[in-house]
Amino acid sequence: MTNMQKIERDIGITDTKISARNVNVHYGATHAIKDVNVDIADKTVTAFIGPSGCGKSTFLRCMNRMNDTIDICRVTGKIELDGRDINAKSVDPVQLRAQVGMVFQKPNPFPKSIYDNIAYGPRIHGLAKSKADLDEIVEKALRRGAIWDEVKDRLDQPGTGLSGGQQQRLCIARAVATEPEVLLMDEPCSALDPIATSQVEELIDELKQNYSVVIVTHSMQQAARVSQKTAFFHLGTLVEFGDTSQIFTNPTDPRTESYITGRIG
Amino acid sequence: MTALPFVLLAVAVIAGYTINRMAAKSIRDGGSRLHSMASYHGMFSALVILVPVLTFILLWLLLQGTVIDRLVMGALPDGALEGLDSGGVQLVLSEIKSISRGQVFGTPESWKLEAAEHHAALQTKAGWLLVASVAVISLLLLGFARSRVAAEFRARQGVEGIVSGLMIFCSTVAIFTTIGIIVSLSYETLRFLDRVPLYEFLFGLNWEPQIPLREDQVAAEGAFGWIPVILGTIVITVIALVVAVPVGLFSAIYLNEFAPRKLRAVVKPLLEILAGVPTVVYGFFAILVVAPAIRSFGQSIGLDVAPNTALAAGSVMGIMLIPFISSFADDALSAVPRALRDGALGLGATRGEMMTTVLFPAALPGIVGGVLLAVSRAIGETMIVVMAAGLIAKMTINPLDSVTTVTVQIVTLLIGDTSFDNPKTLAAFALGMMLFLVTLMINIFALRIVRKYREAYD
Amino acid sequence: MTDTAHPSGPSGKKNTADIVAASLKRRRRKQARLQWIGLGAISIAFVMLFILVASLLSTGWHAFTQTHLTLDVYVDPEEIREEKLPRGGFDDALGASLGAILPDADMEDRKTRKAVEGILSNGAQFELRDLVEADPSLIGQTITMTVPVSDPYDQLNKGLIKRDTPEENRRVKDREIAWFDALKEQGAISKPFNWALFTNADSRFPELAGLKGALVGSFWALLTCFLVSFPLGIGAAIYLEEFAPKNKLSDFIEVNINNLAAVPSVVFGLLALAVFIGWFGLPRSAPFVGGLTLALMTMPTIIIATRAALKAVPPSIREAALGIGASKQQMIFHHVLPLAAPGILTGTIIGLAQALGETAPLLLIGMNAFITSAASSPFESATALPTQIFIWADSPERGFVSRTSAAILVLLGFLVMMNAIAIYLRQKFERKW
Repeated sequence: MTNMQKIERDIGITDTKISARNVNVHYGATHAIKDVNVDIADKTVTAFIGPSGCGKSTFLRCMNRMNDTIDICRVTGKIELDGRDINAKSVDPVQLRAQVGMVFQKPNPFPKSIYDNIAYGPRIHGLAKSKADLDEIVEKALRRGAIWDEVKDRLDQPGTGLSGGQQQRLCIARAVATEPEVLLMDEPCSALDPIATSQVEELIDELKQNYSVVIVTHSMQQAARVSQKTAFFHLGTLVEFGDTSQIFTNPTDPRTESYITGRIG
Repeated sequence: MTALPFVLLAVAVIAGYTINRMAAKSIRDGGSRLHSMASYHGMFSALVILVPVLTFILLWLLLQGTVIDRLVMGALPDGALEGLDSGGVQLVLSEIKSISRGQVFGTPESWKLEAAEHHAALQTKAGWLLVASVAVISLLLLGFARSRVAAEFRARQGVEGIVSGLMIFCSTVAIFTTIGIIVSLSYETLRFLDRVPLYEFLFGLNWEPQIPLREDQVAAEGAFGWIPVILGTIVITVIALVVAVPVGLFSAIYLNEFAPRKLRAVVKPLLEILAGVPTVVYGFFAILVVAPAIRSFGQSIGLDVAPNTALAAGSVMGIMLIPFISSFADDALSAVPRALRDGALGLGATRGEMMTTVLFPAALPGIVGGVLLAVSRAIGETMIVVMAAGLIAKMTINPLDSVTTVTVQIVTLLIGDTSFDNPKTLAAFALGMMLFLVTLMINIFALRIVRKYREAYD
Repeated sequence: MTDTAHPSGPSGKKNTADIVAASLKRRRRKQARLQWIGLGAISIAFVMLFILVASLLSTGWHAFTQTHLTLDVYVDPEEIREEKLPRGGFDDALGASLGAILPDADMEDRKTRKAVEGILSNGAQFELRDLVEADPSLIGQTITMTVPVSDPYDQLNKGLIKRDTPEENRRVKDREIAWFDALKEQGAISKPFNWALFTNADSRFPELAGLKGALVGSFWALLTCFLVSFPLGIGAAIYLEEFAPKNKLSDFIEVNINNLAAVPSVVFGLLALAVFIGWFGLPRSAPFVGGLTLALMTMPTIIIATRAALKAVPPSIREAALGIGASKQQMIFHHVLPLAAPGILTGTIIGLAQALGETAPLLLIGMNAFITSAASSPFESATALPTQIFIWADSPERGFVSRTSAAILVLLGFLVMMNAIAIYLRQKFERKW
């Protein structure tokens, strides 16, 4: 726990949005996540970095219970959102996921129009009272997703017809359209070219004004560019967690240092 | 007798293999370096003999019957066949044949006995001729193959060339089958259209294929308008789809998304059993259980239900199609990428909403393709309707009434009667042609949809 | 997460979590409804499967036993003379012996005699004839025979004829029931396993009808089907999967095969009737022709299964073989094909199982003829299991209802067996690369 207290002090100033304690994840017989403790701050970008297969995506998916959809996956430990256990029986994952949005590694627009893609969340949750209301939500989300100017004239065309970068921004816009409190992003730029990546990164920077953003990335440069906090995962354990600047310039754990300097990875 | 040429062929093949192999070995033992292994030399000889001789034997056996029949009938005394139509000629021929097999009923005319003797003699002659030809050809090929054995002979390439040729032949059989279907159906259909005008067939509202057997029968005129027949087919197909589509789709939705893994592991194979039940069994089920049940239920609420109501045949056909549609829909749903499911769930959709608003619409093209294939199956399905539907073509869409279908008419017109020259038999081929064309169009269309759909997500 | 515990959003609007929480119950109900409908749909399918099997079993099990009558028959020299064999009054001899042990049977009365003789199956006289023919010294002696009873009495014994129906609506009259009960009391009636179902060929009399002819016919047809479709199918599949250049022709063949797999079976029957029988002059009703027809239908199945099995063999194996200098054909025949064999066999067995149940094309080539002996070669007239079912289902005699169900059970038994073998093969040899 002494380690934990140190982390608490480092975060200090901002509120804790999500706190995870002793989280373990098993995939069948594989122990994928081992005793992870972490606190995600509100209105901050937190980056999870680490070599591939280290469990960072798995842990991310614990935070909106997406792992529920995988039969063989078992999650133990406590994850709290605003102080309430999200794995409690009384919590409906549907409501949780409306609060904790997610953007996936590969852009996954639905085979529907751009408008219907954005309106999907608001519609199923009943967030709009009228058509005008819905129009407004869609426009706002597309503007926040920094894609409004590119698509405003073709909202009725299929979302699958957009370019990769546009698709990913569309998916981010789709996620923010439900007004979540936390946005989880699972390597959102891995399928994108550099230009699209920088557009998405700019977008993430803007989003942190309203949301707590957690981003999984295997690019350390990206983590350094967009995040304020960084967590380094290795072989299913959280090795080090702290301010991004500190992790990258002055890591405490030798494994973090090896990874950052490129000796493991 | 029939076995003898085959035995001869087997002996020749083995001999060819052994001789060439030994010859090749002795060349190698003599110090030369063989281009191909000795066993390839043997194989080359075996194939060089096997392929042509086997083809020869099969062709011979295929044509022998027809040729002998022609010869026998040609040698009949003048006037023996006078006044007989081709059906009568067929009957005479089969009587002659059965006499020559030794089955004599009553006291046939002497010319028939002579013809039978002629027939038997020709058959024996043909048999020996075949054996002799096989022996000669085999020997020639054996000699040819042996002459090719040499150190530099590329026996492996030779063998592989022959094998390639055989495989190409195999793959063209599918084409020949299609050509065979089209040619035979068109030929008989054209003969049918000689007797019945195309316009009457395509647009006629009466289907009464009972043609007069004698000149003086006026009552049965015979009418060949296929509209009531296809109407009956459509009625039964619609009933089948009304049963099968909802049940099949909802089963697939449940199995794909909601069923516990254990339940799925039990249900899937059981549905496969349902799919593997032969249609003749479903037909019996229809007449044994379903039709009486529907009839007594109809009577209990005061409805007049025909004994072979379209409802019975249609609903049983629906049961038959359930597993077909359900497994097609299940596959289509499974083909939707996981990313889309995750996308919907990640936005907070319930699994039900994810299914109805994302998964199902995304899988729709594949599902539509499957349903279309089911339609084509329902149209072409034969046994259920032959056993449970009616025989009389009626212009009705009342599902409680009895209707007939294209396949029922094909089967009833052809059971028992074989002569190929009356409109009744030929009508069956015309119906078959229409059936083939309709199902072919649906199939091509459906398979194209399914293929496009798979490509979209691959 | 209750709404009260949660602060409202910054803009004064209710925030997402609250709105979602409010509608959650309704949405859950909607999903539950969908699940229940799905479960209902599956249940419908299974209830139908259950009714199907149950109705077959409940009618079919009767046919697996047959009521027999054990009788002392006096081989009356007045009726049966050695010099007249095989003709003779065998039926009268049987009738007289039976009449002697029945109460109130006035054998002088023609009607009564007819009714008494009607208790025994029509096959009984032939059985007696065969015995006497084999051993003429039996003439004048009394022999004990166990013979099947005729269909109405078999039905009566199995309880399928209700005794309380009015006499005029009953196929067995009161007097005849009394006779039968008397025989039963004497212990002459037995109900052994009905071997005749498997050892007899078809007959017009239900109590004599068996499946031997159909089983033999199906065997010949399947054998022909296998011998033709297996090599053709595998050859075509190997060529298309491994050698065919990607051009218009192979595309065309591909489309062709897929469409052929979906052509209605009755069309294949028409093809066979016109080409095999009409043009080539092959015999009607012959299992050989049936097998050829089934082969054309089975081939697409085998081709598709074989191609899938070949595709599943990983490229590393191919590269390894080619790398050590094997030719492409050697690579395929020595390495790829053996690895694909389980998949190919599974597909073939499933294709043959389908062929075994196929009926319509066999009807068109005349394999629904009434044939009372089993075919000894594939060129002789025969029926097949499914067409036999069709014939029996069409027969008016009550006794054929249970025979039909029994025949279906036998057919389903074979299908289950074949599929079980296929599943076993698939699981035993299934390889994960």
